[in-house]
Amino acid sequence: MGDMDDVVAEFLVESYENLDRLDSDLLALESNPQAREMLASIFRTIHTIKGTCGFLGFGRLESLTHVGESLLSLLRDGKLGMDANITSALLALVDATRRMLSNIEKSGAEGEEEFAELKATLTRLQGGLAPAPKKPGAGAPSNAAAAASAPPASAPMPAPAPTPSAAASPAPSAAALPTAAAPASSASASADNSSAAAPAPKAASAASNAKSEERAAKSGGGDHSIADNSIRVDVGQLDKLMNLVGELVLARNQVLQFNASTNDNGFLATTQRLNLITTELQESIMKTRMQPISTVWSKLPRVVRDLAQTLGKKIRVEMEGKETELDKTILEAIKDPLTHIVRNSCDHGIESPDVRSQRGKDPEGVLRLRAFHEGGQVIIEIDDDGGGVDVERVKRKALSNGLISQEQAARMSERESCGLIFAAGLSTASNVTNVSGRGVGMDVVKSNIEKIGGQVDLQNRFLEGLTIRIKIPLTLAIIPALIVVTGNERFAIPQVSLLELVRLEGELAASSIEYIEGAPVYRLRGHLLPLVFLDAELKLAGKKSADEAINIVVLQADERQFGLVVERICDTEEIVVKPLGKLLKGLSVFAGATIMGDGHVALILDVMGIAQRSRVISEVREHTGLSADSNETAKANEKRRLLLFQVGSDLRMAAPLEEAARLEEFPLEQIETSGSNQVVQYRDDILPLIPLADVFGRASTRTADDPSPLQVVVARCGGRSYGLVVDRIVDIVEQELVVQRRMQREGLQGTAVIAGKVTDLIDIPAVLRRFEPAAESSEVLA
Amino acid sequence: MAQPRQFCTFHLDRCLFGVEVHKVQEVIRDQAMTPVPLAPDVVSGLINLRGQIVTAVDLRRRLGHPPRKDDKRPMNVVLRTEDGAVSLLVDEIGDVVEVDESGREPPPENLRGVGRELITGVIKMERGLLLLLDTDKALAIPTEV
Repeated sequence: MGDMDDVVAEFLVESYENLDRLDSDLLALESNPQAREMLASIFRTIHTIKGTCGFLGFGRLESLTHVGESLLSLLRDGKLGMDANITSALLALVDATRRMLSNIEKSGAEGEEEFAELKATLTRLQGGLAPAPKKPGAGAPSNAAAAASAPPASAPMPAPAPTPSAAASPAPSAAALPTAAAPASSASASADNSSAAAPAPKAASAASNAKSEERAAKSGGGDHSIADNSIRVDVGQLDKLMNLVGELVLARNQVLQFNASTNDNGFLATTQRLNLITTELQESIMKTRMQPISTVWSKLPRVVRDLAQTLGKKIRVEMEGKETELDKTILEAIKDPLTHIVRNSCDHGIESPDVRSQRGKDPEGVLRLRAFHEGGQVIIEIDDDGGGVDVERVKRKALSNGLISQEQAARMSERESCGLIFAAGLSTASNVTNVSGRGVGMDVVKSNIEKIGGQVDLQNRFLEGLTIRIKIPLTLAIIPALIVVTGNERFAIPQVSLLELVRLEGELAASSIEYIEGAPVYRLRGHLLPLVFLDAELKLAGKKSADEAINIVVLQADERQFGLVVERICDTEEIVVKPLGKLLKGLSVFAGATIMGDGHVALILDVMGIAQRSRVISEVREHTGLSADSNETAKANEKRRLLLFQVGSDLRMAAPLEEAARLEEFPLEQIETSGSNQVVQYRDDILPLIPLADVFGRASTRTADDPSPLQVVVARCGGRSYGLVVDRIVDIVEQELVVQRRMQREGLQGTAVIAGKVTDLIDIPAVLRRFEPAAESSEVLA
Repeated sequence: MAQPRQFCTFHLDRCLFGVEVHKVQEVIRDQAMTPVPLAPDVVSGLINLRGQIVTAVDLRRRLGHPPRKDDKRPMNVVLRTEDGAVSLLVDEIGDVVEVDESGREPPPENLRGVGRELITGVIKMERGLLLLLDTDKALAIPTEV
């Protein structure tokens, strides 16, 4: 059982559970034969077992369940009515199945039993034969005949040995009805109504059945059925436990703080115990959510095999550290990225056999998956011995796609250029295959992994292979963090991003921070470390006194280091990460919040978010980060021609110039009314006018008696023209469009800084869509 | 629809507001508040509600009223929302009143500004008017800069 294949083990656990349910379902069904949906569920269960057996190569079990399935399908379709005979036969089927499963569990094989007579019974029942006699005496002879046709049933079986010798008891267990099973060991079983009606062999097999039920207990400790050793628990339940433990950890922290201010020995000892138990409980609960990474990996060899075949490559998969455990939610989160990376490696990492031979490599490529723990994190490496990344080609491609500029390309280190494969819209595969190469994917991989606090790193060996290294936290819920204070507020910094702490006192504090064009830096062992002042970044009122020491928290964000200057550094603490509400989701500088020992709330800094906000991460990086956030902004950095206009007295808006067909001025006397809408005759057509001030809920600056002509942006949508009435056309500018923030508000794409001012980007198609149905109906009217 | 409904009432800057009672999870005293830098102006901060972190929205700022006087401590009206609990900071808590919906009138035409969006109706009470607050809208803060 130890080395039993996971798939089989899973199948067993599931089947046992299903069979237990079947028992009660069948009994319920007998008393209420009309319960069709119950029949359907029984049918599905048997069908599932049958299907899985076929898949796993358990032919006997498959053929047995197949007969049962046929009978059930007749019942389900209403061609056959449920009666006691059928119920008994089906229960016998359940027992037979259960026995085969236990054989499989013990020996890996289903045993030698054929269950011919049970199959015969099941088949006979399908014939719609008249229900077998109900009287106890009458039922017996026919069953006896059936029993006779079966291989000799050794009557009072000893508890079957845990190996194929169990196969020596060919008698199917018929008396599975609890009422029958109880007195089963005695011959009186045949007198029991339901048991006697059972078409399968009775007394002898009933006895063996009773014995087999004792088996679990008898066959010695340690050999429990798999189902006895594990239970299925709703993940929601585990989450709840996890939350409660989180609360407990907080309460413990509070008690410990109180602890420091007392001298009562008894209390001290108790809190120490509480501390230990809580820690242990926390670990145990976290363990329940842990699963080995093999649950995700197990699917990969198949993926690789299929891919290799389609691509005409030979690829061997090697795995190391399968048993490395990870939190379930994290496993879920890395499943897709991992599969994607593996596909990618197979597709454009490992070369075709002839290329490999030319390069003097083994024609068979190797894809190595490694997982291990390191410093409270889990490292997953996907390593191939393929061609690696051709850095020059990636650069050229990025250049031609406009992802980077010429000088950026020249400046980039090999490492940075490699990172470009994570940029959206970049694919270096020479031709697009159905496997990969469409240039979407690696950016999603990166953003998905970063979402769970992980990092992706590349180690490129040109022509020799590529190693993709994923670092992920073990768990998300409780993390160690450094507590810092700035502007009288406490902030938590996740320890994973923390590199070191630097304290500058006295003279040093005043002199060692230097400025390059206003950008503060510090010389950390000869290297320039860009600095970010937390108080300034968060617009907090920090108290600045010259003689005070300066604390620099050196942080790592996306392979870059920067120093975060804080007022005071406190302690490290285990904190429980709590999400921020919807209202604050937009703040990228915070990863969440936590409750401190004193019950106050502290915000958790998102190191990546701060780095991006303060722009200590270089532009290319920032760009890849941005594009990873949303594919829609991928081409945001292109120069766009934008039309700037004003709506109402204060709303500054912009639209891509190409969306505006024309700019027009309409004298007031041209404006006519159609229905409730204002319209203008325009180029042999009627142009409906849409006042944008109304759309966006602004008061127009126009007064009722304003004689000046209306300013209108003509836009086309669905083959029709519309006139968007604005208060003033401001300008046409050409600049890079970086959408800063998306908005939920309909009709707006987001906000950007255009020509130095914050400007809302109108989504013209969305605005027009609102008016379209009305336009159509007016057509119908016309 | 004409059934009497219950509203939890509270005072804010000399007005009496009402929120349907089933939307209110609880009312608690002023709590230690952790301000959130860079957050929208109306977000007053975060409070610890028995281990749950709750965002507090200052209804005064939401409605564009002048800030509370320093010596006045606000009350938290904790509302149930799809996104978990959110607290609305008000001046003073009133009674739970049973209101006959038939006496309800739409907000008057001359009501302008944010109030127009957030107040769904007015109920004429014996003493003064009860303004019915649309909590979903009150808590839907435009994420504009």
